[in-house]
Amino acid sequence: MSSKKSSSRIMRHNKYGYIFLLPFMIVFVIFQLIPLISTIYNSFFENYMSGLMQIGPNFIGFANYAKLFSSGEIEKYTANTMIMWIAGFIPQIIVSLLLAAWFTDPSLRLKGQRFFKTVIYLPNLIMASAFALLFFTLFSTVGPIHSIAVNLGWIDQSFDFMKSTASVRTLIAMMNFLMWFGNTTLLLMSGMMGIDQSLFEAAEVDGATATQIFWKITMPLLRPIFVYVLITSLIGGLQMFDVPQILTNGDGGPARTTMTLIMWLNKHLYSKNYGLAGALSVILLIITGILSIVVFKLTAEKEVKA
Amino acid sequence: MKKRMSTLMSLAVVAAMVAPMAACGSSTASSASSAASSAASASTAAASSSAAEETSSSSSAAEEVAASSTSTAASTSDAGADEGKVLNIECWNTEFQSRITDHYPDYQKVDDTTGKIGDVTVNWIITPSDDNAYQNNLDSVLPENESASADDKVDIFLMEADYALKYVNSDVTMSMKDLGIDPDKDFADQYQYTKDIVTDSDGNMKGASWQACSAGLIYNRAIAKEVLGTDDPDEVQKAVSDWDTFNETAKKVKDAGYKMTATVNDTYRVYSNNVSAPWVDGTTVKLDDNIKKWVDDSKAMVDAGETGTDELWSDAWSAGFAAPGNVFCYFGPAWLINFSMGAAPDQDDDGSVAHEGGWGMCVGPQSFYWGGTWIAAATGTDNPTLVKDIILTMTTDEGVLKDIAMKDSDCVNNKKVLDELANSDDGNNAILGGQNPYKQLAAGAEKVDMSNISAYDQGLNESFQTAMGDYFTGNSDYDTAYQAFVTSAQEKYPELTFE
Amino acid sequence: MEKEKGSVHARRFIAYLVLIILTVLCLVWFYILIINATRSKNDLRVNGFSAIPSTHLMENLNNLFHGTQPVLRGMLNSIIVAGCSAFLGTYFSTMTAYAIHAYRFKGRKFIYTFILAIMMIPTQVSALGFVDLMRKMKLMNNFIPLIIPSMAAPVVFFYMKQYMDSNLPGSLIEAARIDGASEFHIFNRIVVPLMKPAISVQAIFTFVSSWNNYFIPSLILKDENMKTLPVLIAELRSADFLKFDMGQVYAMIAFSIFPVIIVYLFLSRNIVGGVTAGGVKE
Repeated sequence: MSSKKSSSRIMRHNKYGYIFLLPFMIVFVIFQLIPLISTIYNSFFENYMSGLMQIGPNFIGFANYAKLFSSGEIEKYTANTMIMWIAGFIPQIIVSLLLAAWFTDPSLRLKGQRFFKTVIYLPNLIMASAFALLFFTLFSTVGPIHSIAVNLGWIDQSFDFMKSTASVRTLIAMMNFLMWFGNTTLLLMSGMMGIDQSLFEAAEVDGATATQIFWKITMPLLRPIFVYVLITSLIGGLQMFDVPQILTNGDGGPARTTMTLIMWLNKHLYSKNYGLAGALSVILLIITGILSIVVFKLTAEKEVKA
Repeated sequence: MKKRMSTLMSLAVVAAMVAPMAACGSSTASSASSAASSAASASTAAASSSAAEETSSSSSAAEEVAASSTSTAASTSDAGADEGKVLNIECWNTEFQSRITDHYPDYQKVDDTTGKIGDVTVNWIITPSDDNAYQNNLDSVLPENESASADDKVDIFLMEADYALKYVNSDVTMSMKDLGIDPDKDFADQYQYTKDIVTDSDGNMKGASWQACSAGLIYNRAIAKEVLGTDDPDEVQKAVSDWDTFNETAKKVKDAGYKMTATVNDTYRVYSNNVSAPWVDGTTVKLDDNIKKWVDDSKAMVDAGETGTDELWSDAWSAGFAAPGNVFCYFGPAWLINFSMGAAPDQDDDGSVAHEGGWGMCVGPQSFYWGGTWIAAATGTDNPTLVKDIILTMTTDEGVLKDIAMKDSDCVNNKKVLDELANSDDGNNAILGGQNPYKQLAAGAEKVDMSNISAYDQGLNESFQTAMGDYFTGNSDYDTAYQAFVTSAQEKYPELTFE
Repeated sequence: MEKEKGSVHARRFIAYLVLIILTVLCLVWFYILIINATRSKNDLRVNGFSAIPSTHLMENLNNLFHGTQPVLRGMLNSIIVAGCSAFLGTYFSTMTAYAIHAYRFKGRKFIYTFILAIMMIPTQVSALGFVDLMRKMKLMNNFIPLIIPSMAAPVVFFYMKQYMDSNLPGSLIEAARIDGASEFHIFNRIVVPLMKPAISVQAIFTFVSSWNNYFIPSLILKDENMKTLPVLIAELRSADFLKFDMGQVYAMIAFSIFPVIIVYLFLSRNIVGGVTAGGVKE
């Protein structure tokens, strides 16, 4: 906008804004918006398959929603999902911050950085389903980890990793941690390296310790990327499906203590209960919306304070 | 930066170039080949145990087949003239396809998914049963079958017992009478339970099977000798003749350091086949006493360390297949012995109990069956004569059935043929240390009573076993586990109520 | 000074220790996987753990390739779907971001906010309507529903927009216009090359997430020949009597993991560097 002339030239081209938006919008409308609307629409109907017979669709208002909440199931699965996400995310963010700080700390001069980065990013490329199946076989009662743990006297021969809520949740959180901490480390590193080096140099001249530099300079400047990591991880966490689904064969065992919201949705989709599946989808949509707004607000407030 | 980017982009470009070719091209051809070859290798492996005996008897069997095939072939070609030129068969694996290829007289294989019978083209439409895909597919094509164009009409589809009633009790399946088959006469030698499974609420038979997968208790001979002092089937049977003696024996087996069964799920089928009423009455689910007994017996066994809680087909379950074996018994039919338990003694040593001929078979506490494939005619078929002939040939022709029993180790659905096998060395099984299991299997098939099935059995059995698993492991008490069963069952069948 | 040096040494020691522990934690699974893929099924049943490989790798692989699952086909399917998604997703998201970044048109702010808002919607919540629509459009059992939706990827868009804000000066576009270049030419010849670092990072992310995707493909793909690797792997978890040979299961996992690992090791410098270089810029 430096001169009037150039801004008017831009104006002439502005119709291209719509043209360039077209592919995105067309695909979005067909593959996301219409399905979303039809999902919401379905949530107000009784509509399922009984054998070969289709029951409905009969309009029943909010009965599907009432049904979802009356059983107490949805709270349970929301709690499961959040517990497993948090159990994976906290170690992930701590470890990632540490590693990113170490990797970018010039005074440490860590050797073999490329090797370590390669290794920690590796699990992210592994198919979640293959990873979960691998864990299932490794931790089964006749699997290698079980036999090592028994030999070391850590667990009893009869202990079954898949039959204890704590161990199955831990396994799921651990898999999520392993799959994502490398990625998070690299993202945080890129944020740290984007920080103006002269700030560090100035701080060092002033005699600040590494810890002080980290908390007073690195962390505040890292907030945008930190928020980005938090939001994407939260959305990913709410969508948690592949790992617990395959580890527990869709049962969310033991006693459905590892069943996530999406696994539950999958059960209704599987039995072609469009009404309930629709209602559950809408609730998920609302939960995601609220959580996103909360995260946005929190970060916005902090920025104002700072 | 440039270099890095170009590597990545070139990868993406290559992928993009491959995509249209592969995505658009029809891909049906290559899939079945691997499946077919595997099925073939499985059947040869299993058949080899009986291969030695087969050579001695094959000449007589072959004559019978030849005789029967001439008569059927003649009838097919006459009637086929004014009927459809395409026969579509819906199935979930290549089992029936290989039976037809090997045993149906006129069948000519064209490629992995097509064949010819006379001038009729046979299409094998394979949808795997994983994740309910097979049933979902049937549910979408069968109701519209009558209005489909001639070449797209489904003529034959296959069913498993667990969900057969869903199709049998609907209009999408033709009754045998409408095909011109008289069940009372034509199916006289078939076992009653195989007929009950495909009989609708009005008493019409709507399918037939060539298999009678009656099953028994398969015990580890070495453990039997050690614990019971004998490995003779009749003697072992005395130690497991009903559930009380079975549970007594379980204690002895446990004291000797073995598990009675690999998991609680081994016995579930035995209990659930012997219920006094169907799972569902109208839309009300009732818990049968025998199922409740399974829960109580199993809980006691798990608590006593006599069995585990793993799923069937898990590696923990099959651990007892490996020599010397730590599990006293499994429950299963002939195919479990021949296809799953390990290499037969005349094959390469794979370290299994089976390779040592170390298993024995007796009837067990209650009779039951496991598996089997039923052939049904789809309403709207334009090849009724051919369909009729296929059903009759494959499920009633004694020559064909004897041949199937010898070549594929199927326990065939014919009293005369099984009787013959039970009383000759043809039926001896090397994995069972030379024992002839057909005596037990034939006796068991007579006793299996499947008049109490419902269309919901598959889903309810799965949900119930999963829910009770948490009770057995102590993660839930019984009431919580039962409630979990109700929840899970209603997710599958919203119309059901529970008493 | 002495003290400071000591603390650097101590911190370095701790850093190496933690890194080594994490390295072991990342790699030990794959080590056991390799070992177990070489063992026979009965060995696996009887002896839980073994530190040394056995001799049955070829046998397991042979069983796998001649088993009931079209695993080679599955790998090709996965490559096609993930490759196309990565290519189309990054290209069109860049285009969308460019539309918002470079042009001032009516409704621009609204659309920008709107796309940010839909970024939060998990694909799963519209799965019901999505599958229903695909059935009506006769696109079941087809790769199109798995590839085309990636063209509208709000997360990729957001990243591209961020990157453009700090790395795509308006003067450059202006200069090109003065030279008489068309808008499409500017985008394809000037903007896209400038965006390469960001595109490469997002191409990797899109590829990986599509490669790993299980939920939607499991609902769309019914034909064994069309199934992608995650769907085939899930079938192994609910095994039946044709596929409960653990040697084969380990071989299948190895088969679906190791090609990616090998490619990754060759490209790791680019991938890791790209991810690091392309973080969200201030």
